[in-house]
Amino acid sequence: MMFVPGNNPGMMADAHIYGPDSIMLDLEDSVTMAEKDAARLLVHNALKSIDYGTTEMVVRINPLNTPYGKKDVEAVVKAGVDVIRMPKTETADEVRELEAEILKVETEIGRVGETKIMAAIESALGVVNAYAIATASKRMMGIALGAEDYSANLKTNRTPGGAELLLAREQIVVAARAAGIACFDTVYSNLDDMETFRKEVELIKTLGFDGKSIINPRQIEVVNSVFTPTEKEITKARAVVAAIKEAQAKGSGVISLNGKMVDRPVVLRAERTIALAVAAGVIDKEEVQ
Amino acid sequence: MRNSKVVTLEEAVKRSGLKDGMTISFHHHFRGGDKVVNLVVDKLAEMGFKNLKLAASSLSDVHKPLIEHIKNGVITGISTSGLRGELADAISHGLLNEPVIFRSHGGRGSAIADGELKIDVAFLGASACDELGNACGVPRSENAKSICGSLGYALPDARYAKHVVVITDDLVAYPNLPAGIRGADVESVVVVESVGDSSKISAGAIRDSKNPRDILLAKQAAKVVINSGYFQDGFSIQTGTGGASLAVVKYIREEMLNRGIKASFALGGITAHMVKLHEEGLIGRLIDVQSFDKVAAESIAKDPSHVEVSSVEYASGVHTGSATHALDIVILSALEVDTQFNVNVLVGSDGIIRGAIGGHQDTAADSALSIIVCPLLRGRIPCVVPKVTTLITPGKSVDVVVTEYGIAVNPARPEIAEKLKAAGLHLVDIKELAAKATAIIGTPDPLPFGDKVVGVVMNRDGSVLDKIYNVK
Amino acid sequence: MKNSIAGTLESGDIMVTIGPGEGLQVDLQSSVAAQFGRQIKAVIIQTLEGLGVKDAHVQAVDKGALDCTIRARVTAAAVRATGKDVWKD
Repeated sequence: MMFVPGNNPGMMADAHIYGPDSIMLDLEDSVTMAEKDAARLLVHNALKSIDYGTTEMVVRINPLNTPYGKKDVEAVVKAGVDVIRMPKTETADEVRELEAEILKVETEIGRVGETKIMAAIESALGVVNAYAIATASKRMMGIALGAEDYSANLKTNRTPGGAELLLAREQIVVAARAAGIACFDTVYSNLDDMETFRKEVELIKTLGFDGKSIINPRQIEVVNSVFTPTEKEITKARAVVAAIKEAQAKGSGVISLNGKMVDRPVVLRAERTIALAVAAGVIDKEEVQ
Repeated sequence: MRNSKVVTLEEAVKRSGLKDGMTISFHHHFRGGDKVVNLVVDKLAEMGFKNLKLAASSLSDVHKPLIEHIKNGVITGISTSGLRGELADAISHGLLNEPVIFRSHGGRGSAIADGELKIDVAFLGASACDELGNACGVPRSENAKSICGSLGYALPDARYAKHVVVITDDLVAYPNLPAGIRGADVESVVVVESVGDSSKISAGAIRDSKNPRDILLAKQAAKVVINSGYFQDGFSIQTGTGGASLAVVKYIREEMLNRGIKASFALGGITAHMVKLHEEGLIGRLIDVQSFDKVAAESIAKDPSHVEVSSVEYASGVHTGSATHALDIVILSALEVDTQFNVNVLVGSDGIIRGAIGGHQDTAADSALSIIVCPLLRGRIPCVVPKVTTLITPGKSVDVVVTEYGIAVNPARPEIAEKLKAAGLHLVDIKELAAKATAIIGTPDPLPFGDKVVGVVMNRDGSVLDKIYNVK
Repeated sequence: MKNSIAGTLESGDIMVTIGPGEGLQVDLQSSVAAQFGRQIKAVIIQTLEGLGVKDAHVQAVDKGALDCTIRARVTAAAVRATGKDVWKD
């Protein structure tokens, strides 16, 4: 997920050419108060006019308790945004409040139920309530960590190793998995230190995250290379998938590979590996169908 | 010294027998820092010459004083490879009555060698020269004031002009050898305070582009090179100087190291990137018609396997021994590419001249694989268009076009398309790219061209390729 | 109507200044005036008409903005000039 400032038309015009899975146009922290109105119009018009292809379009709105939040919802829902990212989410009630706002605009334009929600968790309270937030709405597609505000709230600083974020990261992954939705890690803002960035991406992949937020196209390659399965992993996954098909063909509920029974977790992992390989463009979508 | 050729500029001009209506020539190795053209033409104007034809290897923004000389009738004709800045703008609006003749570097070299472009007096700047006229572009004493490296574009002038004047800012003791410009070809030597502003002659340290779009384009172009079938041990390569072209070299280098592949030579304008690969042993020889930066200029001064060649030896289309005939891969930029793969590198999409043919025509035509790297859009300016504003390099010489919205392969090269597809690259029809550009920015209105021809684009064989009209 | 500005002079953007006028007058300065000047002016006028603005003097300095950006900037400038927002409160 690539962050793009919502008041920068030059960057918004071609952010998708770098191939991020999703683009988050930002109306919140990267836009000054004096420019909130102009950025909102810019994002609205860009979403309506620019062909972003298959890239998932996310807009980070201002909190609903500011003078900007409700207008942001109206502007982006009317432009047909895929996902609204709500910042600084702390309780399930806030999610339901946003859901009601979205529904109001959707009803007005006759497009009910199309807009999904992603909640950014950026405080200790949000982390504590992660599962409640993750299950607050059927529109909820994922939860994400916002580490800058979170570490400030903890009264600590961000470090290269990320020890201060460990609990929040694990809690968010666990909550997302329990709720059956996706989870995304925070941004890493030092563009000149690709080594530390790579280590961080490796760490969050191990923790179980589905993706990483990035601030510059240069970071995409690192994320893809970490998340793309190796050839060995793909070969193994293909064998498992083939075994599933064989079992289905036989009408057998038992999947076996090389004479051994394949457990359900192995099947799930194999399917996830194939999905990641397709997403990374390493294997063709048609060939796995 | 006995037989010294050192005289004042005025004396050299008198000695040359220059008359009104004759052709004078210059090279552009001092690029944006050049002082020679303005110094000489100012002197010729002061001496009362009129109706001179100026044959430069290229002209840039630093030459805007020529506007006054054109208005005063001192200069009435120009031939060059490129034209930029205010001079180009004025000419595009009809300043000169005679059209400017544009030739590629190889085309200019051949035209001089074959007598089609006759030079009466060549005024050739040099960083070092002895009293007998042996001259070069590299420092040869502690007093050296300038460095430009190869003097490749000046060498045909030195050899074929009827009269040759070397202009230097460092007169050194004989013998200043080896030297590209040989004393035997030189009639006079003029010593001046400065031939060029060093800081503008060449960039010092090179910086890698951090522009994400340049990086994206460069990575895609590198993938094309690597999977083209021509990326084999002993291959040869030439690149341009744009941010994307420079970055390509970086990614190709990584793959050369991975696969243990070495290049036999790199050609053309030589950059610090190429020097680095050469010094690492990844490129055997550097064949240098123009040293693009200080690192390249310093390398040619000290490294015997980094060689200076004339524009004829570099890229002549009619002299079959020229280096482009041995070139495998060239990576080039473009202002516009059209759906027939024709390329324009000379005239902006506003109709104003703002570029140079350079070696574009030559290297695209002779190389085994020519790759054009350009963004689909520069702001609201489309770079893939239905028809180029001005035809510079015919589409039959162009094999692959790399943009941020996909890679197009010339249908005349299906075997390359097959290889790239097999490597998983995203190929698109060039017409789709043009349509994509239109979908994003709309259809541009036609340019306000007048009916006066302000420029003629020559093909490298001496035929006329296209005409440039004035802008109203 | 008070004088108002929206947009920047960065590449890909357009800076739009709107003030009082009679009818819709547009002064355009653009790096792509030759090819797109006519279309840019048309977008500016359509946008203002869509907002119900009938009298305004517009000065626009364009740096290669796309039509969607021009619409957004003109709307922002008009909203600031008239105090009438396009979104509900």
